[in-house]
Amino acid sequence: MELKRKILQLIENDAKLSPRTIAVMLDEDEAKIAAIIEQMEADKVILGYNTVINWEKADGDGAMAMIDVKVTPEREFGFSKVAERICRFPEVRCVYLMSGTYDLSVMVCGETMKDIADFISHKLSTLEQVQSTVTHFMLKRYKQDNLIFEDPQQDKRLVVSP
Amino acid sequence: MSKMDRYISPTVKAIPPSGIRKFFDLVTQTKGVISLGVGEPDFVTPWHIREACFYSLEQGYTMYTSNSGLPELREEIAIYEKRKIGVEYKPADEILITVGVSEAVDIAMRALLEPGDEVLVPEPCFVSYAPGADLAFGKAVPVPTYDEDEYRLRPDILEKYITPKSKILVLAYPSNPTGGVMTQEDLAALVDIIIKNDLIVISDEIYSELTYVGQHTSIASFPGMKDRTIVMNGFSKAFAMTGWRIGYACGHPDIIAAMTKIHQYTIMCAPIMGQMAAIEALRHGEAEMRKMVDDYNYRRKIILSGLREIGCSCFEPRGAFYCFPSIAISGMNSEDFCEKLLFEEQVAVVPGNAFGNNGEGYIRCCYAASISNIEAAIEKMGRFISRHRKS
Repeated sequence: MELKRKILQLIENDAKLSPRTIAVMLDEDEAKIAAIIEQMEADKVILGYNTVINWEKADGDGAMAMIDVKVTPEREFGFSKVAERICRFPEVRCVYLMSGTYDLSVMVCGETMKDIADFISHKLSTLEQVQSTVTHFMLKRYKQDNLIFEDPQQDKRLVVSP
Repeated sequence: MSKMDRYISPTVKAIPPSGIRKFFDLVTQTKGVISLGVGEPDFVTPWHIREACFYSLEQGYTMYTSNSGLPELREEIAIYEKRKIGVEYKPADEILITVGVSEAVDIAMRALLEPGDEVLVPEPCFVSYAPGADLAFGKAVPVPTYDEDEYRLRPDILEKYITPKSKILVLAYPSNPTGGVMTQEDLAALVDIIIKNDLIVISDEIYSELTYVGQHTSIASFPGMKDRTIVMNGFSKAFAMTGWRIGYACGHPDIIAAMTKIHQYTIMCAPIMGQMAAIEALRHGEAEMRKMVDDYNYRRKIILSGLREIGCSCFEPRGAFYCFPSIAISGMNSEDFCEKLLFEEQVAVVPGNAFGNNGEGYIRCCYAASISNIEAAIEKMGRFISRHRKS
């Protein structure tokens, strides 16, 4: 379990680390590391490998919004059924159950703000269990998944020092 | 000779220019270099430490401190050293805050040496000890340490270099540039020799937190050694605070008082903003520091494995953030190897002879670099060695 946790900590920060490199870092056998990773993928402990992209730099436009959603929980299922339903929409990037004044926090992406507005008015708000939505459009991303987008902290060290 | 040269002190003139300086100039003229030649962490100071400094400035802490340094910082250091090396120092008169360990080394030499006194300096080592002895009108005596001993100071070799003029022994472990450490047993074997020959030890423990195998042991923790050891440490390496220039010396009150005398007339006090940041580092910096040490340890394994795969023989460095591989496979000397590697593959490593004559035939590779840079540098070095392998 300890080894699994260490592997996960390493690839959570850098998914590009190869089993070979991880094996060296943890003093383990490469085949063993590869097998553990494969098993964790099969068990859905590892769900996938995404890339954090600064689309502004890649000339990509796009819009993103965080939507606070109040829903009516259902007998036997609580919030899960409606949450799972919301997850199915391809526009939806993240869905979290929250404590506090609303129930679900839903992150939605689209090409334009209008796409997002259409999604909310036509798809999300019309769900039977949804009572209300409050939409916050994302204006700028500063940090995501522990990565700072415009990090001024480049390596400022002298190239050689004693 | 320029017309002003005659004014320069012969003592200063006699100090050879740093081998690193020459190499630095070469590297800065080369584009696209991956540098494994840096002698400092690649992390910036943890945010909470920087933030504590901002807060102290907002609160108006912009004045001198006492010569010895802020009492709160000295108290924290006393707690830290007791916990780390098991030696108790009184904050009032056994601890002095300095401008980095470099200043502590300088003023200790000046406080202790008389003309002609000898300073035993195990080499290869950090570049400051021998010039420090020279500038204090002492005489540095290099004591060789060897690859096959993992650069530990051997008692039989030390004894050969001791004379009636020997006064100071420098022990700087974990070692820059080799990554070698001295275990408790290694140090125990030196204690009798040190006491018998009435030596004072300057124990530079700046890399002590960066010990990856076993526990760091200080020579000061042995019976009879506390009074004759000046423990030096600081915040540069463990807390990624190189530019803050905060170090300290712990030792016998008489020695600390003598060092403080020099410190008060030259430095006055270490900068207060750095001292405030250092308090934060000691009070709340352990967790962040541990993360950095874990990261260095991962990279240590990657670089060591990589160097061995490309055919460089290298002992396992157990401390600091350096590997010190042999380049015998290339048949080149250290400087040629480093210059050619720089020009042909744009990888900067430091010639081993910059750290003493018996560093010849070796290079210092710093792994305080990103994993991708370490892997890229190893790949380039592998290509380079394939081309230049001694037939």
